[in-house]
Amino acid sequence: MRRGADAVVELLGPSSLVVAVGLVATTASLANQVYFMNALVSVAIVVAIYVFVGNSGVLSFGQISFVAVGAFAAGVMTVPLESKQGVLTTLFPFLRDHTIGNVPSLLLAAGLGGVFAFLVGLPLMRLSGLAAGIATFAVLEITHNILREWTKIGPGATTLSLVPETTGPLQATIGALAVIAVAFAYQRSRLGRQLRASREDPLAARGVGVHVHRQRLWAFTLSGALAGLAGGLLVHQLGSITTEQVYLELTFLTLAMLVVGGLTSLWGAVVGALAISGLDSFLSQAENGVHVLGVKLDLPAGTRLVFLASIMALVLILRPSGLTGGRELRFPRRA
Amino acid sequence: MILAAVNFQTLSDAVGLGAIYALMAVGIGLVFGVLRLVNFAYGQLVMAGAYTLAFTSAWPVPLSIAACFGVVVALSLAMETVVFRPLRGQSPAVMLVTTFAIAFLLQAIALIIDLRDDTLGEVAASITSLNEPISVGGVDIRKITLVSVAVAAFALLALALLLTRTTIGLHTRAAAADFRTARLLGVRANRVIAVSVVLSGLLAAAVAVMMTVQFPLVSPDFALRDTIVVLVGVVVGGIDRLWTATLGGFTIGFVSGVLNGALPTDKTVYLPSAVFALVILVLLLRPAGLFAWGRRAAVERA
Repeated sequence: MRRGADAVVELLGPSSLVVAVGLVATTASLANQVYFMNALVSVAIVVAIYVFVGNSGVLSFGQISFVAVGAFAAGVMTVPLESKQGVLTTLFPFLRDHTIGNVPSLLLAAGLGGVFAFLVGLPLMRLSGLAAGIATFAVLEITHNILREWTKIGPGATTLSLVPETTGPLQATIGALAVIAVAFAYQRSRLGRQLRASREDPLAARGVGVHVHRQRLWAFTLSGALAGLAGGLLVHQLGSITTEQVYLELTFLTLAMLVVGGLTSLWGAVVGALAISGLDSFLSQAENGVHVLGVKLDLPAGTRLVFLASIMALVLILRPSGLTGGRELRFPRRA
Repeated sequence: MILAAVNFQTLSDAVGLGAIYALMAVGIGLVFGVLRLVNFAYGQLVMAGAYTLAFTSAWPVPLSIAACFGVVVALSLAMETVVFRPLRGQSPAVMLVTTFAIAFLLQAIALIIDLRDDTLGEVAASITSLNEPISVGGVDIRKITLVSVAVAAFALLALALLLTRTTIGLHTRAAAADFRTARLLGVRANRVIAVSVVLSGLLAAAVAVMMTVQFPLVSPDFALRDTIVVLVGVVVGGIDRLWTATLGGFTIGFVSGVLNGALPTDKTVYLPSAVFALVILVLLLRPAGLFAWGRRAAVERA
């Protein structure tokens, strides 16, 4: 009974936050809507990263490569045919002459992200600690380099534009909810629990028969698929994208969101993503002048990043286990 | 075929770059040794030094360099007091991400200071005369290459002497080997850490001086890319020991210098992929580090 209630709260807590943000997004003005959509897409990306990093305890700088692959796959395949043949002339013919719809493009993004992550993870999941961090970073560099230079599969160093902007508040909410639901189902599954056991104590986990390498590979693949899906959501939200937008800065920002929220819980991933993107949106508004509780707040230009970085650093210094302490949301219990 | 294209000029430049990267590797490795903290914000220390040089361009050169050292060492001590100390003993992920945040913070501050004159970038031109070549046995070598190599050799020698011949050096090595046991045996933690942090700050300042000679235009992302490359080199070389980390830093600087100088531009588009594929390969074959022979990977300390 108690455990059932815990499970319900664990899933409903993050989900209802996401739904609330989605609902506010529909009522916001068009100019402000973009902030809420950013927040929802960030939730999808951060939860995707959490599925691997949070459950395994292995740091990865590579998950944004899967976001990038998903974004460019979904983007390139949905540019309308008539404009595609004019703009993206260097593509392989079968990419140039076919176009798919919104939902198939998201599924394609997820599929490609998963396959790519599986192939990369096969050798890489043997590593842990800093070696894993640097190796996954190398994957990010290689992905970025190839996407940027190989014009047969994408726009190369130029901007990919004319992608249909199908990620509205509804699609962003559903996408984020889907990613959360998968992450929830995974972490409560047998596989997820085995991996979390290996995070707490690799030797003991191995001792009771957990195949650490294999469990990490599953999580890495699942995380890659979710990251690919999130990339698809991202490109359909922005309408145009460059390789630089899914590279270092996004990697650091999303990792920071995860750590600020609390590395080891789904609740932490969602809270961190919403808190940091909310703060970021608020600060960029404040640079233009905003009224808070009747007081006009007007930050000097350029101070947004200073505030954002200081607050992130402050949270980590004062509360190293993150805003949620790395715990799932629970009913308050009587002792 | 590639080797045929490597001339002496390229080689000497590559050695110069390797020397600078080796110094950065030592700076990162020293702090990692005692704190188990990978300081991603190390590049921003170099950046702060470079800005100091740019803003003091009008001063006499020795004074300007002294200011650079002062600012960088003060900043790295402040970093240790405000950031590293409260984080001591936290998980590596938390420490690393916090140094991301600090790196962002310092970059954002630098951007605001830089943009006061409405143009991005400042020029540190006081000592660029070191870029002029001198002729050694019929081959032209830029003076800065000689200076870099000399400074690196001197700094490494001095550091080696400090670590092996003095009490504080012994304490530092003991702390790097096993921090808790060293403390139990009477090593004063704060002092050892402060010494490492100051040394790593001195190295960052030296790197700032040498890098601004070659790249006088200073912007907020100055040395950012170099820091990432050095971090990769340090881990590939073996971060657990100072000399393997240093060798890793030198190697990655030398290799990127040679490849960039030797290959024609149209051939280098996929060079990063090739280099990073090699990095992955080395990590898979030798996770403890390319140069860490005869030792198993150290267990990460809790």
